[in-house]
Amino acid sequence: MVARKLKCALCGIWGAVLLLATGNAFAEYPLNLTPGVTDISHKVYDLHMLVFWICVVIGFGVFAVLIYSLMTHRKSKGAVPATFHESTTVEIIWTTIPFLILVGMAIPATKTLLALEDTRDADMSIQITGYQWKWKYDYLEDDISFFSVLTTPRDQIEGRAPKDETYLMDVDNPVVVPINKKIRFLITSNDVIHSWWVPDLGWKQDAVPGFINEGWTELSEPGTYRGKCAELCGKDHGFMPIVLIAKTEDDYQQWVADQKAGAAAAAEAATQTWTLDDLVARGESVYNTNCAACHQANGQGIPGVFPAIAGSAIATGDVAGHTNIVLDGKAGTAMQAFGAQLGDADLAAVITYQRNAFGNDTGDMVQPSDIAAAR
Amino acid sequence: MSTATTHDEHHHGAPSGIMRWITTTNHKDIGTLYLWFAFIMFLVGGAMAMVIRAELFQPGLQIVDPNFFNTMTTMHGLLMVFGAIMPAMVGLANWQVPLMIGAPDMALPRMNNWSFWILPFAGIMLVSTLFMEGGGPNFGWTFYAPLSTTFAPKSTDFFIFAVHMLGFSSIMGAINIIATVLNMRAPGMTLMKMPLFVWTWFITAFLLIAVMPVLAGVVTMMLTDRNFGTSFFSAAGGGDPVLFQHVFWFFGHPEVYIMILPAFGVISQIIPTFARKKLFGYSSMVYATASIAFLSFIVWAHHMFTTGMPVAGELYFMYATMMIAVPTAVKVFNWTATMWRGSMTFETPMLWAVSFVFLFTIGGFTGLMMGVAPVDMQYHDTYFIVAHFHYVLVTGALFAIFGAVYYWIPKWTGHMYDEKLGKIHFWWSAISVNVLFFPQHFIGLAGMPRRIPDYSLQFADWNMISSLGGFAFGLAQLFFLYIIIKTIKGGEKATTQVWEDAEGLEWTVPSPAPYHTFATAPEVR
Amino acid sequence: MSATNGGYYLPEPSHWPIIGSVGLFTFLAGFANFLHGGSSMIMLAGAAVLIFMLFGWFGTVIGESQSGKYDDQVDMSFRWGMGWFIFSEVMFFAAFFGVLFYARMWSVPWLGGAGNNVMTNELLWPAFEAMWPTNGPGDVGGDFQMMGAWGIPAINTLILLSSGVTVTWAHWALKKENRGQLILGLLATVALGFLFLSLQVYEYYHAYTELGLTLGSGIYGSTFFMLTGFHGLHVTLGATMLLVILIRSIKGHFTADNHFAFEAVAWYWHFVDVVWLGLFVFVYWLV
Ligand code: HEA
Ligand code: HEA
Ligand code: HEC
Ligand code: CUA
Ligand SMILES: [Cu+2]
Repeated sequence: MVARKLKCALCGIWGAVLLLATGNAFAEYPLNLTPGVTDISHKVYDLHMLVFWICVVIGFGVFAVLIYSLMTHRKSKGAVPATFHESTTVEIIWTTIPFLILVGMAIPATKTLLALEDTRDADMSIQITGYQWKWKYDYLEDDISFFSVLTTPRDQIEGRAPKDETYLMDVDNPVVVPINKKIRFLITSNDVIHSWWVPDLGWKQDAVPGFINEGWTELSEPGTYRGKCAELCGKDHGFMPIVLIAKTEDDYQQWVADQKAGAAAAAEAATQTWTLDDLVARGESVYNTNCAACHQANGQGIPGVFPAIAGSAIATGDVAGHTNIVLDGKAGTAMQAFGAQLGDADLAAVITYQRNAFGNDTGDMVQPSDIAAAR
Repeated sequence: MSTATTHDEHHHGAPSGIMRWITTTNHKDIGTLYLWFAFIMFLVGGAMAMVIRAELFQPGLQIVDPNFFNTMTTMHGLLMVFGAIMPAMVGLANWQVPLMIGAPDMALPRMNNWSFWILPFAGIMLVSTLFMEGGGPNFGWTFYAPLSTTFAPKSTDFFIFAVHMLGFSSIMGAINIIATVLNMRAPGMTLMKMPLFVWTWFITAFLLIAVMPVLAGVVTMMLTDRNFGTSFFSAAGGGDPVLFQHVFWFFGHPEVYIMILPAFGVISQIIPTFARKKLFGYSSMVYATASIAFLSFIVWAHHMFTTGMPVAGELYFMYATMMIAVPTAVKVFNWTATMWRGSMTFETPMLWAVSFVFLFTIGGFTGLMMGVAPVDMQYHDTYFIVAHFHYVLVTGALFAIFGAVYYWIPKWTGHMYDEKLGKIHFWWSAISVNVLFFPQHFIGLAGMPRRIPDYSLQFADWNMISSLGGFAFGLAQLFFLYIIIKTIKGGEKATTQVWEDAEGLEWTVPSPAPYHTFATAPEVR
Repeated sequence: MSATNGGYYLPEPSHWPIIGSVGLFTFLAGFANFLHGGSSMIMLAGAAVLIFMLFGWFGTVIGESQSGKYDDQVDMSFRWGMGWFIFSEVMFFAAFFGVLFYARMWSVPWLGGAGNNVMTNELLWPAFEAMWPTNGPGDVGGDFQMMGAWGIPAINTLILLSSGVTVTWAHWALKKENRGQLILGLLATVALGFLFLSLQVYEYYHAYTELGLTLGSGIYGSTFFMLTGFHGLHVTLGATMLLVILIRSIKGHFTADNHFAFEAVAWYWHFVDVVWLGLFVFVYWLV
């Protein structure tokens, strides 16, 4: 009776293992690693399947013997215990065979690893910097630089609105790359360790503050590929996705031109003088994308972790002090130097917003030119 | 697990009531204390796992905020590893090692008491961080710098000291076990006649003494980086955040074998008893255990394949890691050979042991897959790993502990547990645990990172199934609590031998084992 | 409940461990509280309880030993216990030595562009050149000078080595039941130990006031003070234990064939000695 139950349970597990292998039976459920879209990712996938099948075959062998024994060598069937309990020959055999199998696995693994780590002869380089909780991309050759932040609305996260197909996988500024170019990624971090991972590329690489780790890819198909930060990096670790768009060479050049035009427009904005209402309106949106993750949308912060802006001595005190902490951050805390991240107009707007929102009503106004002067 | 010993010939002056437990120097009392402490911590850590599974039941933020979610993940990992599994194993060692080698007690009984009584204080310090301003530790049980140094809540300093205390306790406990094994064996009990449970614990104790001080070192550096301006883990000062991981995993990898080797020992006791056949390949089992222990010191960076180590390092750690499959293979094959042509019955302890062999092997296979560095670039920090380590820890270490408790509880309490309830507990757990953790392989491969409170929609179905399995598994453990209490309170009287064909000195003393056993050492043939 | 018939000594239930736990908990919780700006009173109270516990516990052990309750087997347990305890201390120091080697062989060269970290240097720390000693590319803690090997450290090496000799001399005297030389040998050892400590205090003072070298001087300062500091702590502990042994010797507690406490402390002292040699070579000398 027990045996039959045991058998059923084991068959159930076994069935699940096989399902994982074939996958198709539940096509709508994700079950297996993605084969990815690059040469390397295919190699990684093949290696994964190879190791997987080796394990399945060995497992099948061992479990078959075990199950046979459990079925037949039982007291209720009148089995009489044998007395053997040692055999050096057998021990040597079952030490050697696994060893040889492992050597067989190590050879392709070594080849793939060497290919994966070979970042030489790249056509272009993109520096990726992890921040709590967003990514920054610097195109080293093209002088393009931008941040990439989650855009999924809070309403969807908190269940007040239905969730999109791409829930938690959308960003404001995706990283764009050309196809058929070997692209080298130079990955680092500004604060804690993050990990840049797009499964379709076949690898992830940690972003370690103070060091640069390298990775590379060469895509052949235009498309949108999504990934996530994979290393625990604090409160919003689950909310820092990656969107990578591969474009044909022409489209890519067009995108580069657009980026440069955009930068010019931002510089333009920084020279204007703004009204209080415009500053506060723009400041609110800057605040919600850049500051609310820590200081919270209502400005209350999280006690003991992130200070409140509402009623803060700095945000209601001297303007210079306030500008300072926003420009330079505070070393040794999570407060980043936003001077390096935002343009003068955005900075002026967000400071003005903080000084007038959440009941701070100081009435102060900070102009982009003030920021330029304070830098 | 306890009351049996109370109406024992109490000598004059021995305190009674609560003071008996606080001041005791008796290995059985202390073993009982360890086991209860571990069980309580298991329930607390398990309750935190329930918070995790409840939040992950559906996509979206439902129950807790992300920071608290991270705290739950961290505390769950810490409490299960340091509060539940390790103390439970030490509890088993305290009860069984002296009984199995024919010793009157542990070698250093007073220190034994201290090893235990540090634990509740460390536990209180750790759990108290949850109520401090800024919350408890929220950086994962691996507490990587600089998240745990510069960016961590204030309570982290309490966490650090709690780890110091845990380490201190473990080192003293381990020293005691080594001294006991080396110095307290009955005449004739040569090393190569020791039961495997004693052997595995002996080797585990060595691992503990070698790596717990390293853990103490790494938290000490965290403390100074946080409070005294040192730069161990900061590049600006010439240090390296990845250095933290090297030191941590130099401790951390042996740590996982610290949790599994005694489990191997338990399984090697249970299977021969219920197969009515001697353990196959006793000496190769001993050598395999020693090899695993040795290898565990030289594979640590397989947790760090994505940190940007030099390629040569990655290759080395890949090869070394794969090697561990060889001695582990020997163990699995020897257990199989022990059952082969035996005369098996399937009482509850045997059920746990057999399921251990199956499910641990599955966990071992996924471990081997992750040891393959280029593929680990995909697996790393996903639910595939969560699935791996729950197969080796829950269906490995924890199932072995359950097996051990059913196997030896008649000896501890003098009562047989209720066989029917034991079987129900087993089947309920064995099925639900697979519903809980098997789907995590799928979502992990499909790309769900670990330690996230919310996920994108393609992972929703399997997460829901996993959560349902989790709730079922959790309830099964409350049922276990009931079985234990029932057994302590009463039940069929256990014989001296308890199990028909069990071998070993513990089965030569009455059940319950008298408060002092082997005052005169038994003679071992 | 005490001795088993004709066998191994099993102690009575004891309240010392729980007092130790309370003391440890109070001390550490007080320390954390102190780090967060609280008063140091809780911490000191904890330390006092711990010291009280040590006196009480060891006092009990000494009493039991003097009244002849311990046999050879108990003695052996103590030996294994002390031996493995020292091994755990070895591993504790190994962690810090490992960190020193890692910094010197890997992290600092990497920041300077070695190995697969060319871009680390080029993009993040272009002005940094790897060398030892260093306070890192961020110049953490400001300018400093390193501690030379051939002044106080060399003298301290001699001091510790001689103290190893004097403690061996004392042991030899003990085995010959020569009390005069035993006491003299121990006295010399204790004196050398405290001399070492005073010189180290002076060295630290010199580092902080004249060399600009502090715990915050980047990785050099961190490893320097961590290694020498923990070693100094162990010397303090060892010298204190030697002092206790000295007092016990004067009281006549040891006999030629029964003096495990003496040996345990001597082992410990030799261990502290060997660690120092490692320090002298890798922290002070080879730069
Ligand atoms: C009890 C605990 C335990 C045990 C026993 C193991 C056993 C193993 N583990 Fe696991 N591991 C953990 C606990 C454990 N692990 C934990 C907790 C983590 C995560 C930590 C964290 O990040 O939080 C982890 C993570 C982890 C990683 C890091 C993944 C990553 O973060 O990227 C790796 C990588 O190599 C790994 C490998 C292995 C291997 C090769 C074994 C081997 O020992 C397995 C050997 C067993 C077998 C292989 C099966 C039986 C053998 C046969 C039937 C014979 C024949 C087989 C062949 C020849 C193929 N483990
Ligand atoms: C050492 C042993 C151990 C054990 C036994 C377990 C047991 C369980 N673990 Fe876990 N786990 C770890 C060690 C362990 N774990 C570690 C080391 C991590 C990594 C942490 C990190 O990332 O830093 C982890 C992480 C981890 C995660 C990933 C979290 C994340 O990445 O964010 C999850 C998610 O499902 C999980 C679930 C569970 C569940 C459901 C159980 C169940 O088996 C628990 C069952 C027990 C009970 C439930 C208790 C009894 C019941 C009650 C008290 C009553 C309440 C019951 C109900 C309401 C039903 N664990
Ligand atoms: C990743 C977290 C994080 C983000 C994002 C963040 N801050 Fe902060 N901020 C902090 C922390 C932590 C402090 C407290 C620093 C300290 O310890 O003094 C702080 C402090 C401040 C203060 C001083 C408040 C006080 O009373 O001490 C101001 C003003 C401020 N931040 C403005 C901003 C602005 C403007 C933005 C966005 C453009 C922003 N912060 C984004 C974490 C953050
Ligand atoms: Cu960034 Cu996780
Ligand atoms: Cu490991």
